[in-house]
Amino acid sequence: MAEITLDHIGHAYGPAKSRSDYALKELHHVWSDGGAYALLGPSGCGKTTLLNIISGLLTPSEGRVLFDGQDVTHLPPEARNIAQVFQFPVVYDTMTVAENLAFPLKNRGVARPVIAARVERIIAMLGLTAEANKRAASLTADMKQKISLGRGMVREDVAAILFDEPLTVIDPHLKWQLRSQLKTLHREFGHTMVYVTHDQTEALTFADTVVVMYEGEVVQVGTPQDLFERPAHTFVGYFIGSPGMNVLPVALDGAVARLGGEAVALPGRAVAAKGAVTALGVRPEFVVLGDDGLPFTVVRVDDIGREKIVHGTIAGVAVAAILPEGAAVPAMPRASFRAEGINVYADDWRIEVAA
Amino acid sequence: MSAPARPTARRIPLKWLVPTLYILFLMLPIYWLINMSFKTTNEILGGFSPYPKNFTVDSYVEILTNPAWYMGYVNSMIYVVLNTVISVTVALPAAYAFSRYRFMGDKHLFFWLLTNRMAPPAVFVLPFVELYSSMGLFDTYWAVALAHCLFNIPLAVWILEGFMSGVPKEIDETAYIDGYSFPKFFVKIFMPLIASGIGVTAFFCFMFSWVEMLLAKNLTTVAAKPIAAVMTRTASTSGYELGLLAAAGVLTIIPGAIVIYFVRNYIAKGFALGRV
Amino acid sequence: MTKTENNRAWFLVLPVLLLVAMNAILPLMTVVNYSLQESFIAGFWDWVGTRHYQDVLASERFHAALIRQFAFTFIILIIEVPLGVAVALAMPKKGAWASLCLVLMALPLLIPWNVVGAIWNIFALPEIGLLGWGLNALGFDYNYTNQPISAWITVILMDVWHWTSLVVLLAYAGLQSIDEAYYRAAKIDGASRWAVFRYIQLPKMKTVLIIAFLLRFIDSFMIYTEPFVLTGGGPGNATTFLSIDLVKAAVGEFNLGIAAAMSIIYFLMTLLVCWLFFTLMTKDKEGQA
Repeated sequence: MAEITLDHIGHAYGPAKSRSDYALKELHHVWSDGGAYALLGPSGCGKTTLLNIISGLLTPSEGRVLFDGQDVTHLPPEARNIAQVFQFPVVYDTMTVAENLAFPLKNRGVARPVIAARVERIIAMLGLTAEANKRAASLTADMKQKISLGRGMVREDVAAILFDEPLTVIDPHLKWQLRSQLKTLHREFGHTMVYVTHDQTEALTFADTVVVMYEGEVVQVGTPQDLFERPAHTFVGYFIGSPGMNVLPVALDGAVARLGGEAVALPGRAVAAKGAVTALGVRPEFVVLGDDGLPFTVVRVDDIGREKIVHGTIAGVAVAAILPEGAAVPAMPRASFRAEGINVYADDWRIEVAA
Repeated sequence: MSAPARPTARRIPLKWLVPTLYILFLMLPIYWLINMSFKTTNEILGGFSPYPKNFTVDSYVEILTNPAWYMGYVNSMIYVVLNTVISVTVALPAAYAFSRYRFMGDKHLFFWLLTNRMAPPAVFVLPFVELYSSMGLFDTYWAVALAHCLFNIPLAVWILEGFMSGVPKEIDETAYIDGYSFPKFFVKIFMPLIASGIGVTAFFCFMFSWVEMLLAKNLTTVAAKPIAAVMTRTASTSGYELGLLAAAGVLTIIPGAIVIYFVRNYIAKGFALGRV
Repeated sequence: MTKTENNRAWFLVLPVLLLVAMNAILPLMTVVNYSLQESFIAGFWDWVGTRHYQDVLASERFHAALIRQFAFTFIILIIEVPLGVAVALAMPKKGAWASLCLVLMALPLLIPWNVVGAIWNIFALPEIGLLGWGLNALGFDYNYTNQPISAWITVILMDVWHWTSLVVLLAYAGLQSIDEAYYRAAKIDGASRWAVFRYIQLPKMKTVLIIAFLLRFIDSFMIYTEPFVLTGGGPGNATTFLSIDLVKAAVGEFNLGIAAAMSIIYFLMTLLVCWLFFTLMTKDKEGQA
């Protein structure tokens, strides 16, 4: 187990002349020992590049990677003492489940009785006792994924366990089960875990800290609550939540935002740099439909059971609102925003509003 | 994904030695054949020389201008193409049946087909001559093209079945629900899906028909004589014309080389997907 | 894939069945017919029952050819299979170099078999061939036309040259099917190079290697054209393998009955081996499912 320091790392696959040549733009973070981290973002956002840098498959073109203060930047994966669970289950087909789990220890010359005890414990933890002596090739995908996870956990000294979209090939009804088992294992063993995914549910339920990436850049690092309430970037707003955050282009005028001919009162004064494109970000959960506020034209109402999602427009901009259970859509609705849900953005980045 | 920069990079040259030496071993005899083909008969018989001292293309000119020679190539080409077309055409529906249906005796049939792929032609030469003579096909392209079906059809069924099993069955069912008849579905939807498989199969049929010479030689005398027969007959009638033989040999390598260049990315796959 | 029970599928198989049956069954029946009779004068046949079979099975000449055949097949298998696997393991995995390797390596497979014989004839000639001249220049006494050992070496080299690439292609195809993640996982697990081969590469290559082994066994067992062109079975009978012996008996000595009986015996032997392999492989496949 280790603390992972990403010391001003950045990566470009070719020669980097401008900022856009970087597959991974410079970042600096310290990930604490025993934490559960999720790297979340759409395909091509650089999350796999970052994972490969941590695992040692890729040497970053800039910066250093430290495990517990020790520079491992130029060490290959096998020297970094990490474990990895891949997108597709990787098991040694010709070995039994128990042999699969014993393999990493055997290769490291661990004494037989120690191996046996350790393997037995992990098999029990994973709930694979009945399959211990079956050939790994004959098992289902979710069991195989457990085996690959087990091969990492069997090593007591492992610095971190990395997960590269590990639930891709798992049946939907087993995904939830496997995810909660993973959470339990994390609590029990306290490994540092890094989980790469493009699925917000997976990231938000697994991780204590979610790292959201977009176009090669880390746009926000925070708890699931931070990401929901204060998206640091409009992308975070879009990407997390269903439906995503509404973004309304506005002109800032002190404590007032002007949208077309209408004015919206802000919680405080917001000042953006000159020439910046400014916008309001309001999650549908904070949009109130009633008799006050901005004229709202209803386009469509989706009834999803517990609540209704109302799609409409304000001054020509598409806006979604969530109505609580039982509430009816007013005939001539006007929309207002709850103050705690208003975020102000300048060039897509959140700016603080002075109270 | 880019290649990781690692200290192991220094070991790569050593690893390259194995395929490099192997390819060198493969190329040496071919180089020697090409070398001989550009020599005059006098130089060849005069003794050892690593490259042609009196470079000449006479042998090639002779082959390409003399119908007795170049018709050998034409004949070979005709029966090879005929055989490839027949093999792939009849193997397509059969492979589909094996990949999609269970029917009486299917496993035995499949095995029996494969055993024919493995039947030694030397066993069959004489009865083949009798068979095709009695059908009046002796010394025609058809005789060779049909005879080569013995080993090419099983091979074609085998490879195609592998490719077809990779296409989900749901596709067939959807097409039938959409009102496609079997032939229309097969030609319009299914065949395009396994186009690369058909290509690989055609390649293997072409290859095995092109290299087989025992049946081809014995089933023909004049009209459909393959290049192999021309080569052996020339060798015996005009004495020891190694230069001419070498040039003829070089020309037999070219069609294969061209075909293989086009399918280079699929050759390995053809075998990998076939099942036994 | 689950298959539907449908006996009408027979209609789809029918054309294949007819074409192959015409080529396989009719000639086979003819050969069986020959093997049970004696022909003294062309066109007149005498029924002799299994006498030809007894003669063949008892004859020294058949035993000698059979031993030569097994020796040859054994030698080329223990050279070609490991060599092919080694080359496939060392080959570049993808890119232009891999394509170039594949194209060059596949070349011998596409050369007509009589030309293969001719190429090695020219290459190995003691005075003007590169191999023959080279070996003699290095001080080896080499002449494949009159020394059995030289002839054997040449025939084996020729077969290795001709067919190892088939094993390479098959092994390469097997290796290609291994996802990169397996190698990464093995590294992380601290596996040695040998363990990677033993637990990842070999299991994934198993099926194609069995196919390679089987194809090489069968093809080498029926080898005819190449050694016939190269040595004509000589010097003496040194390189007279089964097929050459068979053709010598049938064409050279007009002993059709004997040749036919040899054909059948020889066909049954290959069939037995195929059947063993086939059973082994399908069993293994069912075991995995």
